[in-house]
Amino acid sequence: MLYVALAVRAFRRYSTYIAATLAGIFTNCVFGVIISFTYIAVWQQNPDAGGYDVTDALTYCWLAQAMIMTVAIWGGGAPDELAARIRTGDVAIDLYRPVNFLGWWLASDLGRAAYHLLTRGLAPTAVGALLFDLRFPPSMAAWAGFLVAVVLAVVVSFAIRMLVASSAFWLLDQAGVKNLAAVFSMFFSGLVVPLVLFPGWTRDVVMVLPWSAFVQVPVDIWLGRRTGVSLLSGLAFQVGWCVVLLALCALVLRRANRKVVVQGG
Amino acid sequence: MSLIQVENLSRTFVVRRRVGRFRREAQVVRAVDDLSFTVDRGEMVGYIGPNGAGKSTTIKMLTGILVPTAGRLSVAGIDPSRDRVELTRRIGVVFGQRTTLWWDLPLRDSFELLRRIYRVDTARFRRNLAEFTELLDLGGLLDTPVRQLSLGQRMRGDLAAALLHDPEILYLDEPTIGLDVVSKGRLREFLRSINTERDVTLLLTTHDLQDIEQLCSRVMVIDHGSLVYDGTLAGLHARGSSTRTLVVDLVDAADPIDVPGADVRRVDGPRQWLSFPADASAAPVVAAVAARYDVADLSISEPDIEDVIRQIYTGPDQLRFS
Repeated sequence: MLYVALAVRAFRRYSTYIAATLAGIFTNCVFGVIISFTYIAVWQQNPDAGGYDVTDALTYCWLAQAMIMTVAIWGGGAPDELAARIRTGDVAIDLYRPVNFLGWWLASDLGRAAYHLLTRGLAPTAVGALLFDLRFPPSMAAWAGFLVAVVLAVVVSFAIRMLVASSAFWLLDQAGVKNLAAVFSMFFSGLVVPLVLFPGWTRDVVMVLPWSAFVQVPVDIWLGRRTGVSLLSGLAFQVGWCVVLLALCALVLRRANRKVVVQGG
Repeated sequence: MSLIQVENLSRTFVVRRRVGRFRREAQVVRAVDDLSFTVDRGEMVGYIGPNGAGKSTTIKMLTGILVPTAGRLSVAGIDPSRDRVELTRRIGVVFGQRTTLWWDLPLRDSFELLRRIYRVDTARFRRNLAEFTELLDLGGLLDTPVRQLSLGQRMRGDLAAALLHDPEILYLDEPTIGLDVVSKGRLREFLRSINTERDVTLLLTTHDLQDIEQLCSRVMVIDHGSLVYDGTLAGLHARGSSTRTLVVDLVDAADPIDVPGADVRRVDGPRQWLSFPADASAAPVVAAVAARYDVADLSISEPDIEDVIRQIYTGPDQLRFS
């Protein structure tokens, strides 16, 4: 099938840059260690912060490092390629092809995410588990739920990045919007500060924003804090944002398509 | 019925220009203005015009990514802007300045992806790939990542990529741009062969008039959005009142040669350049020169199509010899 072939090709394309992958893994590990010691200090002061114990917190830290590239929290991946193609006008070639535009880029991004999960995801997690005492999923259901949650996290992230990249159809350059989106994403995904630590009503707000699907939901499933109905509702929450955001993407791309046509590609 | 039918096609763009500090003025630009032509199956048509004449706009409308403002067009019986996706399966597009290949994948992988995109069945794909590999000499390149290919190699890869799904029509937008003489020659040979062997109709835009001279029996010249010429290459020469040049090397330097039917355009020591109408015979001019002067050597250069086209672009009002 075309979309599988596309994903496989994207996987292979990323796998050609081995030095970049190794350097990235090293960086993830360094930050993992730094943040781990910060968390240890925080949880020494407050051993039950956000309902996590220190093992939960350290696990959260290393999984968050593993998610940075897999979920592309700071942006990047296939939508960046699209933005570049809009800028150079190469996007016209994509319009000459009898394929679904959104499906095309999603397949490519899923292939990329698979590569990053196996390298930038797996390696730092293994290093973290060697250096610190981490918690692992308590059941098969948690393992399976986590994997599904990661895929859904990638799709939610893809849709947001796609919306950002589509701004290039109007602005010709996505850089400004992308920076803004990265700030939102870093803060609201819980990459630095776990969302469970947010105080009072702000916690309720950030928990329903789409970015909580990036790290918080998958990690809570991994930790076994979401089981049964709670696990399913977590996944349903992610699916909900996937549907809403992908529909928005389709709408924006339809308008953008007309815009390109008017511009003459 | 013709393969491509264009009737009274127009396309206007609204361009906003800044006038003064805050005000903007909308201006309507007619990129294509009441264009009509037909192309039959199996033709090789050169579509030329200066930059901004409306060539690309026409191609975009023919491929369906641009909607016409007015007029009708049909390509292989399909209305391009209405059934763009259906049409993409029946046409191929090659851009000299862009690539349809995947930058960091081996050439073979790009072809494999295109096979799936266009749903080409495996047997046909293998046959086509084998044939193009042979004709375009791609054998050693199939496993090379596209980013490592030279421009000429990439262009050959792009040509194969555009033809894998057996399109009936191939649009080429400046296919030879940036290529060296040998690569250009090879490319033209390939285009000729797919036209005759596979009956692919070709429409090519170019600024390299040798492409036209060597490939196209028919030329369409567009300027300011309208066709200013549509016909054979020979007809184009006649229309532009083109000239041939007789280069005469005399034994000694002399005054400008004076013979009937030819004018001296340049004198450089013993060498003189005489021009005479392209449709006149060279024999009487050569005979007259040889009879009256001591000639060391003679040569005749054929009319230069670029001159002819320059005359058409600048319009009949300014038509004069350089």
